[in-house]
Amino acid sequence: MNKTYRTVTGIITVMMLVVLLLSGCRSEGSKEKKQEAEQGTPKDLERVQQEIKQANKIFEALPSPLESAMLIKSAGAPFDKKFLNPVENAKLYTTSRSQALNLGLYTCDLSFASLYDQTQLIIDYMNAAKKMADGLGILDAIDQKTIENLEENINNKDAIMEIISETFLNSNSYLADNDQNAVAAIVLVGGWVEGLYISTQLVDLKNFTDNKLVNTIVDQKLSIQILVNLLDSNKGHPTVDELISQMQELRTVFDKVKLETGPVKTEIDPATNTAILKSSAKIDISIEVFKELTAVVAKIRNSFVK
Amino acid sequence: MRIAKIFSAFTLFFIAATLSVNAQCKAFAKKDCLPTLSPYTHDGNYHAAVLVEGEEAELYKTFYSDMEYRVAVVGEGKLPAVEFSIIDENKNVLYTNKDHNYAKTWDFKLESSKQLKLVVKVSSFNKPGDVPASGCVAIMFGFKVKK
Repeated sequence: MNKTYRTVTGIITVMMLVVLLLSGCRSEGSKEKKQEAEQGTPKDLERVQQEIKQANKIFEALPSPLESAMLIKSAGAPFDKKFLNPVENAKLYTTSRSQALNLGLYTCDLSFASLYDQTQLIIDYMNAAKKMADGLGILDAIDQKTIENLEENINNKDAIMEIISETFLNSNSYLADNDQNAVAAIVLVGGWVEGLYISTQLVDLKNFTDNKLVNTIVDQKLSIQILVNLLDSNKGHPTVDELISQMQELRTVFDKVKLETGPVKTEIDPATNTAILKSSAKIDISIEVFKELTAVVAKIRNSFVK
Repeated sequence: MRIAKIFSAFTLFFIAATLSVNAQCKAFAKKDCLPTLSPYTHDGNYHAAVLVEGEEAELYKTFYSDMEYRVAVVGEGKLPAVEFSIIDENKNVLYTNKDHNYAKTWDFKLESSKQLKLVVKVSSFNKPGDVPASGCVAIMFGFKVKK
């Protein structure tokens, strides 16, 4: 009887520890240092507390699809529908891999369309994103009310951006809360690659030097390590493993791009009372490397949409 | 047989408890953190975790020179003050809310794009022997195009 009691108590203790650790790290891109999880069953409360204190949550935050689209727009790029993934393709995506990637992709396309006041496309892309979210079982991320709300505010850009932001928050928080961090990471990668694809396609090579959009693309080099870390923390998922090798290829090209930033000095803008992080940056990318980057990004993106 | 039943019951209980804690965190992030971003547009990303007093979390993000940002770090009321710092790649602390009465938000813009680290730490009530307080901490980013 004592042995049975000890066994059950042991199981319960282990499960309590697992719940504490799991509940503490639910978020896209979060991970805990493996050694903490591997320390075994705690013997007393003090040790549990100590282990929790040692746990280190790490978030790898990629630019969201909305931020990626905003960066393209702020670089002065024109709108071109032909670089978006046609909504008709939505019916082709029946696996969780394609649905997760294209949820990110369509959310980026939706954001891009909304920033350029493409009213009909906004509705179409929201419906395509809804189809992907529904396929992934993300309950109520985008419902009929969202579509109606969008239609009612179709000429109000701020309201549309708020709706897009909220639906994306609903999707990724649902995935994080339901232990689907790998899927959440795949969605983010889909959106980030789509932003990079659209921007590389929109660059006018005749005006390559001092091109603001090229600088925005080069800045994405800063996110490559974050992206690799995000994927690494979800290793073992077949789609994530596939993405890791694709992103390594992309990183190899980004390694040929020179991006040096100087030390940061914080100052306050007296007009707005906002802090300015002052630093210099040196960017160097040849047109050949840019073409190589464009080709690799297109190859990866096309593998997502086929 | 009895052990199997007890095991199943506890499994269900713990799954339900975990989902409940996470759902609470999501609701908290939306209700208490999201509104503090206004008038900036939330980027749509979700970063929240249950932290225990004394515990730290780190977040890595690239911030772009074309944007103005607001970072919001909000902890549940039952937690002691939540400290956050922004650190560059040379480990220089660019901002800490500890010097600003533990403000929940910070607005900033950049001259050139940078990858920065955000370190969040729940301070401690410092009462040895007490069960440490734990609660949800949400980190959110808002942005707008630089004028």
